[in-house]
Amino acid sequence: MKKYLLDLTVVSNERLSDRHILLKLTSPAALPEMIPGQFVEVRIDHSPSTFLRRPISINYVDRSRNELWLLVALVGDGTRTLAGLGSGDVVNCLLPLGNGFTLPSSSDESLLLVGGGVGIAPLLFFGREAKDRGARVSFLLGARTASELLELDLFKNLGNVYVTTEDGSAGERGFVTNHSVLSREVFTRISMCGPTPMMKAVAAYARKTGTACEASLENMMACGLGACLCCVEKTTEGNLRVCQDGPVFDIQKLLW
Amino acid sequence: MADLNVKINNLRLKNPVMTASGTFGYGLEFADLVPLDGIGGIIVKGTTLHPREGNDYPRMAETAQGMLNCVGLQNKGVDYFVKNIYPQIKDIDTNMIVNVSGSSPADYAECARRIDALDRIPAIEVNISCPNVKDGGMAFGVTCEGASSVVRAVRAAYHKTMIVKLSPNVTDVSSIAKACEAEGADAVSLINTLMGMAIDIEHRCPKLSIRTGGLSGPAVKPVAVRMVYDVAHAVNIPVVGLGGIMTAEDAIEFFMAGATAIEVGTANFIDPTATIKIRDGISTWLDRHGCKSLSEIIGVVR
Repeated sequence: MKKYLLDLTVVSNERLSDRHILLKLTSPAALPEMIPGQFVEVRIDHSPSTFLRRPISINYVDRSRNELWLLVALVGDGTRTLAGLGSGDVVNCLLPLGNGFTLPSSSDESLLLVGGGVGIAPLLFFGREAKDRGARVSFLLGARTASELLELDLFKNLGNVYVTTEDGSAGERGFVTNHSVLSREVFTRISMCGPTPMMKAVAAYARKTGTACEASLENMMACGLGACLCCVEKTTEGNLRVCQDGPVFDIQKLLW
Repeated sequence: MADLNVKINNLRLKNPVMTASGTFGYGLEFADLVPLDGIGGIIVKGTTLHPREGNDYPRMAETAQGMLNCVGLQNKGVDYFVKNIYPQIKDIDTNMIVNVSGSSPADYAECARRIDALDRIPAIEVNISCPNVKDGGMAFGVTCEGASSVVRAVRAAYHKTMIVKLSPNVTDVSSIAKACEAEGADAVSLINTLMGMAIDIEHRCPKLSIRTGGLSGPAVKPVAVRMVYDVAHAVNIPVVGLGGIMTAEDAIEFFMAGATAIEVGTANFIDPTATIKIRDGISTWLDRHGCKSLSEIIGVVR
């Protein structure tokens, strides 16, 4: 898929929680083709302590409004600089990068999309595209606390939403792997994005139940283009580049 | 328009901007974003006689105005390069140069010999300065004897333009450059990365898997300019300058210090089009200062 280096314009920058923003970007020209699970390398201007671009997954592409949404967790100076952007500001983006999730090939499929923390971000776009292909989509979303459950209404428009919080303030208490839906329902495929311990636990569940499963990784990156070999993950095929050979990997390839 | 052509031995560059090995893949990774034929030379990823898996993750840590890496020469080996990658890059209309590394002089020489046979590879860059591998790499680049042993072996096996990439992790880089020149190197390039370390204070451990790594980016530029200046005054072969070049003005510093050409490395990660912008910026600078050719400013700082 062709990659572009684009100056995108901020449409809005909404604070979703103490630690998250939703950045909506647009362009005078039609945004490039993108698929769910791909990411953007965002250049961080005006942050002296930030040197490299920041890889951020594509939260949603609203074709009717020509908008690209980035859901950003504020973890350091770079992402906090993004929180300061306002409508009309310009953000230099390298996109679309990486391979993306496996889209359903038939309407018989029943997908479980599992997200933890800001790892829910790519699942919104994926859920939309999967639903458009006629698949049945369910979301299993985990957060530390209710206020960090993001975009819930948007997820509910696309399918069943199951929730866990670590403090029990919403949904079932505990981690996503404790949720009762996993013992009640059967899915044809699980796609997930979130903290590594969560994904390893879900991968163990998928192996036990013989469910196809893929994980989106977020190893630290420099170039995002497959050139520097900094973001590698050990796999059954040796060290593979998360930015280019991933970020989505079938769990059978991972040494988890 | 000022003349940007330069020569390194028999190697003609249409402009003095090359890509630093390990920062631009095989060029193909950037093909959507950069007109590859607009770059003076593309120095591809470090290649070794045998495949190498490289070091464990994490391999990178961002630092103030730079980054540390300990990739460790991950590559599929020279035979894979010849069979699978060379056919994809041989028709790119620029100098495709292979960076060669090894764990013994014989390894280097055999790897170079296999590349010598490739028509469309006009030069190699011999890497005696990788700080991230246990065997070989920088070990050869930190003594005159080590450098001589590799350059001598490669010179006997390789007949086209040989650039030797030097390590800054030495007391006297000029003496190493002179040793390379004496054994028949056609040019030297410097600097490779500076050995460094960063610590995750929350977890009380190094940020990199092998504890140390090589520092690159603007943070190292003054060190690089000084070393290029020293080496340019010590040898009679061309010097290729690199280390933290982000802009055309950075590149001009290296030319004035004595570099005939430059390499752009880490800048490619922040701006994939950095090479082309730097090329155009050099041209504009020369025009603005009434220079008819780049050669007018090479080594002007005495």
